[in-house]
Amino acid sequence: MINLIRLRAQFIKEVLSILRDPRSRMVVFVPPIMQLMIFAFAATMEVRNVNLAVYNQDTGRWSHEFLQQLDSAGFIHEVLPVHSQQELEELINHSRVIAAVNIPVDFSRQIHAGQSGQVQVLVDGRRSNAGQITMSYLSSIATQVGAQIRPEEDLPTPVLVRHWFNPNLIYRWYIVPGLTGILALFSALLITSLSIARERELGTFDQLLVSPTSTAEIIISKSLPALAIGTILGLFMAGAAVFFFGIPFTGSLALLLPSLMLFILSVVGIGLMVSAFSMTQQQAILGAFAIGVPSVLMSGFATPVESMPIFLQWLAQAIPLTHFLIIVEGSFLKAIPAREVLNHVWPLGLIALSTLSLAVFFVRGRLQ
Amino acid sequence: MKTPKQTSAAVKSFDIKRLKALVYKETLQAWRDPSTLLIAFILPVVLLFLFAYAVSLDVQHVRMGVVVESPSAAAQDLAHAFAKTRFLDVQFAHDRRELADQLVTGALRGYVVIPQDFEQRLTLQGKEPLVQVITDGSFPNTANYVHSYSQGVLQVWSQAQGFDLPVPAVVLEPRYWFNPELESRRALIPGAIAIVMTIIGTMLTALVVAREWERGTMEAVMSTPASVAEILMGKLFPYFILGMLATLGAAALAVFVFDVPLRGSLGALLLLSAVFMVPALGQGLLISSLARNQFLAAQIALFTGFLPSFMLSGFLYEISAMPAPIRAITHVIPARYFVEALKTVFLAGDIWPVFLRNLVAMAGIGVLFFILAKKATKKNLQ
Repeated sequence: MINLIRLRAQFIKEVLSILRDPRSRMVVFVPPIMQLMIFAFAATMEVRNVNLAVYNQDTGRWSHEFLQQLDSAGFIHEVLPVHSQQELEELINHSRVIAAVNIPVDFSRQIHAGQSGQVQVLVDGRRSNAGQITMSYLSSIATQVGAQIRPEEDLPTPVLVRHWFNPNLIYRWYIVPGLTGILALFSALLITSLSIARERELGTFDQLLVSPTSTAEIIISKSLPALAIGTILGLFMAGAAVFFFGIPFTGSLALLLPSLMLFILSVVGIGLMVSAFSMTQQQAILGAFAIGVPSVLMSGFATPVESMPIFLQWLAQAIPLTHFLIIVEGSFLKAIPAREVLNHVWPLGLIALSTLSLAVFFVRGRLQ
Repeated sequence: MKTPKQTSAAVKSFDIKRLKALVYKETLQAWRDPSTLLIAFILPVVLLFLFAYAVSLDVQHVRMGVVVESPSAAAQDLAHAFAKTRFLDVQFAHDRRELADQLVTGALRGYVVIPQDFEQRLTLQGKEPLVQVITDGSFPNTANYVHSYSQGVLQVWSQAQGFDLPVPAVVLEPRYWFNPELESRRALIPGAIAIVMTIIGTMLTALVVAREWERGTMEAVMSTPASVAEILMGKLFPYFILGMLATLGAAALAVFVFDVPLRGSLGALLLLSAVFMVPALGQGLLISSLARNQFLAAQIALFTGFLPSFMLSGFLYEISAMPAPIRAITHVIPARYFVEALKTVFLAGDIWPVFLRNLVAMAGIGVLFFILAKKATKKNLQ
């Protein structure tokens, strides 16, 4: 049923159909790598260069001290002094500042009296995440000022924290290995979902069908180029993560590489299924998209899977990216042991097997 | 000698009837393709649902371990305080080595160690840290949550025990405007509408027009009396309507199902969406005339339209925190302006200074894209 010479010829044909055109050659490799570079720097959970409004009604010493600390804070681009509550509110409303600090008249007096000086902070809830981070930065400034005011009470925090695997919680260490998986996923998904649909739209699929080749051969020959391209891209990006971004790679490449290939293979299976269903390239691309985007959202990349509703947690187990993310993040930072890789490799294998055989089934179904 | 002049005049003139016929043809074509309906109506629902429930940044059920090394009653009590927190799923152990492995496998996101000499540390009244927290730093967000939750639990517990910490000198009282409960979905769902519109406006039109170029039917249509402007308007108009319908549907879902307030006016929302469609469609058109085949168009639309609207629009990640070169790139991403305006119209209300600056930016980028697309189309025909 499977003839190697025939398979080889088809494989060459498939590779050529993707890489023959210099523009599509470029589009296969260049954008994912560019995206990796841009997004690695764009995706941060820090806050920098924000503006802050300050309405200081207190004339005492400590508000002055507090303001000086704000002025020298690295994350603030500009502190805008205002002279009324109304002006303060307007700056927030117009998104000119992320937060506004209102220091009441009796701020220093309260502190001198041994009480707490209360500062009201209005935060723009439209930027709820950045707002919360800004708030935590401001809190640590408040603690610093507090330590100056009452040095005798400068106590250590009651919790001693240690972050394993990524001691300084560098967000890039998390985002880059994850992006490697996501970008490889989209490349492989687009290439395969178009493969059968393009032939069908151009009418060459019928020619392929009347040739002596078998369905299994068609599926294999259409899988291999995408598998090769996806794997090369994934490896290249993993290399960039190590050598360009300086992210520690503590696991084993011998475990990561087969997992990557199995991951791409399961994505290829999904892509071919989409392709078998589609009558046109447009349907194939949009179908791939309608599957790719939700699977990134459910994979645990943005939020841990265990925080999702239980129904979505089950669904997430059927998504290849969910398992690959655990393997790739683990391989980079956690020196993930072989046993643990295996726990996520078998679901990948299962997904690959079922999607590829379904793809064969659907292509066959289309023939009759 | 008269005839060529007449025909060229006829070609240039703008005919409403012809436009109507073209719009009708394109609408039918779009309507009959199930993939159009999938993208315009089903995907938005799925996306909004996921942004409401899956991508919530309010982390819950964080799996945490508690190692109780001290046999004292106080230590037991603190351990129970951890177990009672509704944000944490707590697992107990007596030896920290039992839990270290689970941190590697991801079964736990962190653990708290209540040390052997916990009672002694308590009597020191805060001179020594009371507990140790170990987190899985490979997920930085979750690690932060584990840290701050543990701190919160400990603070509440020690206050209840009467171990009052000294009065802090400066206390900040935060008030989050527009979203006082800090529900992340309220900030995410308006942004998600921008993503949906980018998919319809840029992705779909790039594909549809690229298909015509790929099949060579574009040249065929161009050789008819219809002018280029008519043909392009005929192509874009159905997708404009489709985008507006999807926005309305998504807004209705946001308000009635996902409990996002619409504090601004519906008119402002529609105006913003309509103006956003200009750069979105313009970008789709530009991509299609540059790529002229669907595979390329899809890849380019993905990498210049969809992904930037996700990552560089201020929807998930704060633009101000990005490095300067990337901040510069964000200025030409229309979704950036749309996201800010959408968040304002939903959460804050009709704040026209915010709308105006974003409307001007979107319209400007739109015009730029259309001019470039026109140039690219002309070049294709030569």
